Parts: sequence; C-alpha cells; structure tokens
Amino acid sequence: MTRQSQLLAAVLVNAVYEKQNYPIVLLNTVISPLSFLLLIVFVSNGALIGVGIMGGFIMSMFSAGMALQADLAHLKNDFKLQDMIVSSPTSQSIYMFGMALAEIIYALPALVTLTILGFLFIQMTLLAALGFIIVLVLIFLMSIVIGFLFSTFSSDIVQSFSFSRLLSTLFSTIPPIYYPITYIPFPYRYIAYLSPTTYAAQLSQNFGGYLELPVPMIIFSWVVLIGLTLFLFVLSAKRSKWRE
Amino acid sequence: MTRVVCENLSKTYKEGAEKALDAVSFSVSDCGIFGLIGRNGAGKTTLVRILATELLPSSGSAWINGLDVVQDAKALRQEIAIVPQEARPIPWMTPRQTVLSYLLWRDLGYRVAKARADDYLALVGLEGKANTLNRLLSGGMKRKLMVATVLASEANVIFLDEPTTGLDPLSRREFWKLLKEICQDHFIFLTTHYLEEAEELASVIGILDQGRMKGVDSLDGLRRVLKYPYSIRCDTSVIAERILQERVSGEILHRGSQLRVLTTEDEALALAQVFHDRHQKVWMEPVSLEDIFLHFVHDGEGLL
Repeated sequence: MTRQSQLLAAVLVNAVYEKQNYPIVLLNTVISPLSFLLLIVFVSNGALIGVGIMGGFIMSMFSAGMALQADLAHLKNDFKLQDMIVSSPTSQSIYMFGMALAEIIYALPALVTLTILGFLFIQMTLLAALGFIIVLVLIFLMSIVIGFLFSTFSSDIVQSFSFSRLLSTLFSTIPPIYYPITYIPFPYRYIAYLSPTTYAAQLSQNFGGYLELPVPMIIFSWVVLIGLTLFLFVLSAKRSKWRE
Repeated sequence: MTRVVCENLSKTYKEGAEKALDAVSFSVSDCGIFGLIGRNGAGKTTLVRILATELLPSSGSAWINGLDVVQDAKALRQEIAIVPQEARPIPWMTPRQTVLSYLLWRDLGYRVAKARADDYLALVGLEGKANTLNRLLSGGMKRKLMVATVLASEANVIFLDEPTTGLDPLSRREFWKLLKEICQDHFIFLTTHYLEEAEELASVIGILDQGRMKGVDSLDGLRRVLKYPYSIRCDTSVIAERILQERVSGEILHRGSQLRVLTTEDEALALAQVFHDRHQKVWMEPVSLEDIFLHFVHDGEGLL
C-alpha cells in the first residue's frame, strides 16, 4: 500500500485537486506550448509544423520540471508541507517521484493535444518514435532533478517563481527547439549548444527526419543528455536538503 | 512511559555561529501536554524540528518513545506527526482533501483515509466545512484543520509548534478546549510563547532560553525551586505600603492601583494575618508562570 498511497497523495495535492477546484488552470497548461507552435507554423507557412510539435513536447517536459521547482518551493515555504512530510513515513525519493508524476499529469492536456497533432503531422518509424520518447523522458528527468534541487534551497516564493520562469525561458524558449539549429548562424550556434534542450531538440528533429545529423553528433548528443541527467541525479542526492 | 529524552543536544547552523541549542538535557514522561516556553529565538523550533526528525543535531542524542531521532528516524516517523510553525492548509484544497491526502502520505489506503478524514473533521467540529475551500475558512478553523490533519494519523506523539500564534482570544480558548480533549489519548509536545497558554494546558513545562533548558517540571515543581514562590497583592494605601515596608525585604512592585510583593509561604501567611488584623484587603497566591519564567531567564536575578 505504502508507495501507491503516497504517490496518489502527491498526484492529488499537486495536480488533481488544483484542477478540480480551479478548472481554469487546465487552459493554462495547454496554452504555453501551443502558442509557440502556432507562431512557428504561421511564420514558416506551415513548413515547420512537425518541428514545432516536437518542440512543444520538449518545452512541456522541461517546463514540468521547472513548475515542479516552483510548486515544491511554494508548498514547502508557504504551507510547510515538506516539513510535515519529512516527519512522516514518506521518503525523499517517493516525495520527489510523486510530485514529478503530478507535474506530468498536470501537463496531460498539453501532451494529449500535442500527441494528436503529432499523429496528424509527423511521420516516423516506431524505432524513431521510441528514441523520441526516450529523449523526452531524459529531458523530463533532468528538469525535475534541477527543480527538486533548487526547491529544497529556496526560501522565498517570489524568487522561486522568477527563477523557474527564467530557466524555462533560457532552456525551452530561446534554444532552437521549435526550429532546426541550422537556422542559427555561426558563431551563435555554439551558444545554443550550452543548453541541454538543444541536444534533445536536434535528436528529435533527426528522428523526425527534419534534420540530418552526423553520427558523431548523434552520439555526442546522447552522451550529453544521459551524462547530464546522471550528474544532476547524483548532485541532487548529495546536495538537496530534505532532512537538514 | 518516558516519551522524550534529550542528552546534551546541541545545534549550530553555521560553523562559528552562536549555538541554537546548547547541551539541552531533559526527559518527559507521558503527561498529556508538555509545554515548551521561551522567547522568540530561544531555540524552541530548532528543538522541535530535531525531535520531529526534520533537522539533524550537531551533537548529543535524543529519543522519542525509546527511538533514536537520528538512527531510528524511519521507524520513529510512524509514531510522530507535526504541525510546523506557520503551517497552514493549502488554500485551493478543501478540509476533506487536506486530511485525506495527509493520511495517504502516511501509508493509509484511500478508503480508510477517506473515512478517517471525515471522523476527525467531525471531532474538531469542521464536518460542515468538509467541502469548503480552505481559503474560505477562518483563522481558528484553519488551525483546527491542521490539528485534525495530524490527529487523524493516530500518531501517538504530536508536535504543535506555536499553533495559536495570531489567533484572537476567543479562537485561542476554543483551540485550548480542543487540545484538552485530545491530550487524553495523545502526548502533545506544544511550543508557545504565550505563558498563559502553557499555564492553562501543560502538565509539565520546559523553559528554554538562549538555547539552554533552564528548567523542566510541573508548575508547582518549578515554583518550589524559587526562593519566593508566593505573591501578596493589596490595594495601594499608606497603611498597606507601611506594612509591606516593615515586614518584607524584597522589592515592592506597583501594579496599577495595587501593590505586589513576592515572598515565602511563611512570610506570605504572616503578612496576610497582619492585613486581616488591620482590616485591609489582601490576596495571597502562588506566583504565576510569568514570574517563574522571568526568574529562570534572568538566572534567578531580577524580579525574584
């Protein structure tokens, strides 16, 4: 019973009750990724719709982690929920996993909409689809670890929300995730490679057939995504403050 | 049964900084409500957070129900629950959702949790508000909800860290009534800086000051430590002032239209007799917790 109940608690508190009691938040989760998609589609006369849909997925997954950072900090600092949970049988990993799961459920309206659009406008093999899903999972894991790490240090909600918005913009809006990286001229392209979402986007675009990547770059992109995710997991386990 | 034991418990937040807790040692047996009093910054919350397994001590040891707060934290968390200082219910949830979700965090199955949530909301008189958004509840209702939430866990040690701060006097008294009822079945570790609250509720009181435990005992036990455990009050008059000046060595305090002196039991009885013989009204009573608190935080100097 233990873990299921605790995961259910996280999903209820961080996703279901909010939507149940304030249905307006449902709209909010859909609008952000779709607004950029619409913009890209109009600007490119429809040519980049597939790339834009993939970018919407990446933005949704990365934003989920950033939202986790803000939500956890809010629940911890303003309602002392984390203090109550630390003193309960729920462990740090279950709390983090449950809250992250809640963010995915929170983002479901956007993900369902993007999935429908993906079926309509993107053609890829099953293997490529699997690769794309793995990329999304890695981006999600990376973002929730960043989110959890920062939330345990945050003591101020205004700072926390600002930080969350800043990271979302830096990593999911400015980098070339809604369009191919080849649209960025050198030497600015090197700056784009500072963001892990750039690697996720170029791998995705490669899977969708929108971007031809040389094999060494494919390997390097996977190494960056997996390596960074693992590094952040270790860092989070060592540095995050659960029991202070 | 010994509920809480601390041995040389210390906590320093930053190296070189002042100790938040300084070699705190005490033990408390099952007593209904243990009241920990102290000024702001005395170390009350630090102590509670260590005992509730939220914070690691810098040195020393502590046990709750015989379980070490560091080594046995996992097992201990089954037996304790806490309403932290400044905790409040999440505004977009309802009382039923608040209690239910907390019980799920504590391992209970959904059906059991739902039934128990309703039972405990009824216990604190919130059954009629079970589906109202928390943001619409009054301050007193929110505090009751937080208590119902941890009570529903049926943990046998409950920490309440300054639960009545900010409540109006009437709501506070209602809250006290609730605590008096629930302490029949639970051990409550209550921190407060309202002395009248500790006096009203706690059967054992701890006085914490600047990170040091200055005394732990019942109110009567704490009084016994004092040199002057009794207080004599009388209306201000020339005769009364003269009697006090002739017979009392301690300071005579002017409190509004009254005079007050702190004294020994024998001296208090003798003084009362003198006032009675001269047809002067006099009140004799044991010193209040405020007097005791001031004595302990001033290391026996000052007022007493």
